[in-house]
Amino acid sequence: MNQPHSYSSTVTERPEGWNRPAPIESRGERELLEVAMGPHHPSTHGVFRMDLALDGERVVRLKPEFGYLHRNHEKIAEGISYLASMPYTDRLDYTCSMTNNWAYALAVEKLTGQEVPERAEYLRVILGELTRVQNHLSAIGFLIQDMGASGTPLMYAFRQREKILDLFEGLTGARMMVNYMRFGGCRVDASPAWLDEARKVVAGLPAFVDEFEALLRSNEILMARTQGVGVLRPELAVNAGVTGPMLRASGVNYDIRKVDHYGIYDRFNFRVPLGDHGDVYDRFMIRLLEARESIKILEAALKDIPVGPVIDPKAKIRGLRPKPGEAYGRIEAPKGELGFYLISDGGPNPYRYRVRPPSLINLTILEDMCLGHDVADVVLIFGSVDIVLGEVDR
Amino acid sequence: MLGEGILKGLAETARNFFGSYFSAERLTTVEYPEQRIAPFEAARVFPFLVYDGADWQAGLRCVSCQICEKECPPKCIYIEKSKDKKPDALGKPQFYPARFEIDISVCMSCQICVEVCPFESIKMNTEFELSTSDRFGGLLLDREKLARSNQYYHQIHPTEAAAVDARLAADKARADAKAVSAAAAAVAKAASAAAATAGEGA
Amino acid sequence: MIETCDQIFVLLLHWLESFLPASWQSVAGTVLCAATIVCLFPALFALAVWLERKGLGRMQNRFGPNRVGPFGLLQPIADGIKSLTKEDIVPFSADAALHFLAPVVLVVTVFMGFAVLPMGRNMVLVEMDAGLLFYFAMGASTELAVFMAGWSSRNKYSLLGAMRAIAQMISYEVVLLLSSVVVVMITGSLSLTKIVEAQNHYTWGFPHWYILTPWGLAGFVMYAIAATAETNRSPFDLPEGESELVAGYHTEYSGFKFALFFLGEYVAMFSISGLGTTLFLGGWSAPFSFLTWIPSWIWFFSKLMLSIFVFIWLRGTLPRLRQDQLMNFAWKFVLPMCLLNLFVAGLWRFMGDGWLRWVVCSAILLLAYASIALGEQRRKHVGPRSYRYAE
Repeated sequence: MNQPHSYSSTVTERPEGWNRPAPIESRGERELLEVAMGPHHPSTHGVFRMDLALDGERVVRLKPEFGYLHRNHEKIAEGISYLASMPYTDRLDYTCSMTNNWAYALAVEKLTGQEVPERAEYLRVILGELTRVQNHLSAIGFLIQDMGASGTPLMYAFRQREKILDLFEGLTGARMMVNYMRFGGCRVDASPAWLDEARKVVAGLPAFVDEFEALLRSNEILMARTQGVGVLRPELAVNAGVTGPMLRASGVNYDIRKVDHYGIYDRFNFRVPLGDHGDVYDRFMIRLLEARESIKILEAALKDIPVGPVIDPKAKIRGLRPKPGEAYGRIEAPKGELGFYLISDGGPNPYRYRVRPPSLINLTILEDMCLGHDVADVVLIFGSVDIVLGEVDR
Repeated sequence: MLGEGILKGLAETARNFFGSYFSAERLTTVEYPEQRIAPFEAARVFPFLVYDGADWQAGLRCVSCQICEKECPPKCIYIEKSKDKKPDALGKPQFYPARFEIDISVCMSCQICVEVCPFESIKMNTEFELSTSDRFGGLLLDREKLARSNQYYHQIHPTEAAAVDARLAADKARADAKAVSAAAAAVAKAASAAAATAGEGA
Repeated sequence: MIETCDQIFVLLLHWLESFLPASWQSVAGTVLCAATIVCLFPALFALAVWLERKGLGRMQNRFGPNRVGPFGLLQPIADGIKSLTKEDIVPFSADAALHFLAPVVLVVTVFMGFAVLPMGRNMVLVEMDAGLLFYFAMGASTELAVFMAGWSSRNKYSLLGAMRAIAQMISYEVVLLLSSVVVVMITGSLSLTKIVEAQNHYTWGFPHWYILTPWGLAGFVMYAIAATAETNRSPFDLPEGESELVAGYHTEYSGFKFALFFLGEYVAMFSISGLGTTLFLGGWSAPFSFLTWIPSWIWFFSKLMLSIFVFIWLRGTLPRLRQDQLMNFAWKFVLPMCLLNLFVAGLWRFMGDGWLRWVVCSAILLLAYASIALGEQRRKHVGPRSYRYAE
């Protein structure tokens, strides 16, 4: 009569051991220790799992498992308009939402052929470089916290990050999920008061970066723990599609700001630092040096920003229906090459919306970098890749 | 020399330790809720509906065009149009929302609804202390909870509200001027029609 | 008056003893002193926990806890109540007896070390001729407790953590001993009271503390490094590393037993700082001859709290060393320096009074330090780097 609802008919039958990692054959008499690091772990920067096989302390095999933060971003984008996807891009690399917005806006502008006014280009550069500075400083801070310095340098980096986030809130209304770039420019204009505040913040940054560098550059324990660890050879990096500071730390000169000449980066005089060894120390020193170069760009941009509109008043904000076609827009995001590939079929929603996440692509060679190192080094190597799970899993 | 970096690091930490007693730069904590940071003018938390005047039902600017409902990315707005019309600020009879609900547990504060509204009727509020223990309806704001007066809007976003008021006043002035010229034209037409019939009659 | 203040606790003890018959007096006195130590140091532990959290907070540009009580002073009490009311989980497959005994053994052996520390003039619990030897015997026993904890949990990660901890503690035990032996050699006695008395003289207002000699300074630095490693404090806290893979040998402990491990670590810190103060910083003697009017026990406890503050300072600044780097450091760098220090101390004694011995001994130590340090760096290609920029 009234049978209690049995769920067994709705659950698919799964084979025994489907959710356990594949057993690793023992090597001779020495059995390997199988350990799962994560998803609950203080140093995995989010929900991420690594199945490690250890021989004593050395890593013999490493299998990364991600997808714990998958939120169907690309599928959702197929069901909503182009404008409505913009706030979702904020949440990809949630620490650098300005650059995510920029890459998406660039892709749509390529699709529709819209022009961007000059003031908007300057504002985009200013906000993008501010994002880069706060991302690099926090990445270094998190790396040192993973090393066990009980978060002190992290708190210092966050002091500066707070100032930058306050700037974002003053301009866009939100600290992290800014939703600021629009197709053809920016959403709102920056007032002269805001620009003055930005100049003040940028003026305080070089002293902080020097203080930070002094704390880190000559610390013997830091050097001993990070030099020679997690070496990534340049050929391997290029073959694996690694981009961003990780690639430049291995010595490959590839910065999309110089290669693609997107935006108005050609007007600024900045250098691209390169590393020689490709180890963890190089990666975080390159980030520090890049932060310095970004400060140079910021100072120049804040000085030269022209007056004018930030978006064409006749630009279509909603109801955008690009002509059928495809476009790939990419920028040098703080973590690497962030690209958006859009296919339009003439309708209000994209036909296909694909994100090229730098964190995921950079993560594919984690195993090669970690083999032969100790477990304690895995944490550092993972931290030096500088990922955000929002981007890896989308 | 070996050990120098460690000593420099120790000096830096000591500087921060002693500095935290003297400078605000080195102790940035704001002890909420006893101390609060003043909200930024541009801050956005969740939307609210603007009404002019004292009566929220009569003065509600929203005309139920449902553009915000369509454009909202997570689809957190639910609108039911009314069957009758009521006059708006310019005197034109408009629909109004019989139901206007926003589920703020879904809303992601993206402000697209504000951007696309042609009638300046939905704006972003800055209240964030909204937690409630009512799981099922506590975060579903209906028309009454969403309605806030224009004075409140001026309080939280002064520059923006001033600009909106200027725009609306300019619209009203244009509409009035058009009405005046239309009335004058109608009078002139009636006068010429009367003159024509009078001329015909004679 | 000064004398009374200085000896106030001794006089208090004699007065309390006088209520008892003569044959009971010494036993009762010892019991009373022991009870005082057992009550005092956990109270100091609460203070140290509070100091650590506030100190680390200030170093990180934030307040520490400040909600519970004025300035958060009641926070340790709140923490204590929390750990007492937590469920005591013993893993099913664990060795229950060993699991229970490990924290007990830790706390008992750690407190035993206080028996020979002179906390003021005439304020030693047990006057032993070989006090230092007794102290080290007790200190080594604490390592047993660590291993018992790791083994009894029947958990491969705890065992891994315990093995790492033991390896580290044994290596640095050798260093601790060798850096203390220098003091014994110069004083000529293993008794801690005699060591303090040997340092309680003044020349031109400055004390004869051993830290103010070249071999004493080197010895103190190495003792401090070894002390940090013995108590598993940062930068040597890999065995209990929070951001590492395993949570260490006390993974399987919850509630009060975990609190006992925590207590054991801090009281060990006090104990080893107390020994360091006695050996190198002059124990209960005042830093300048015009300050001898301040009671001796105040000096001892101030130096103790200063050492605790230095421990906290190190923790707030330095990242962790990896296990193999830690061991390398102990055996290849610190130990040879310790042996050289012994030789230098002997040379100091041999050369007799005068300025020449200062110059010679300092020179030898600095030279050795520089050459070993440079050698290590060059061998491992570790050092500051410069970076190039693309064209």
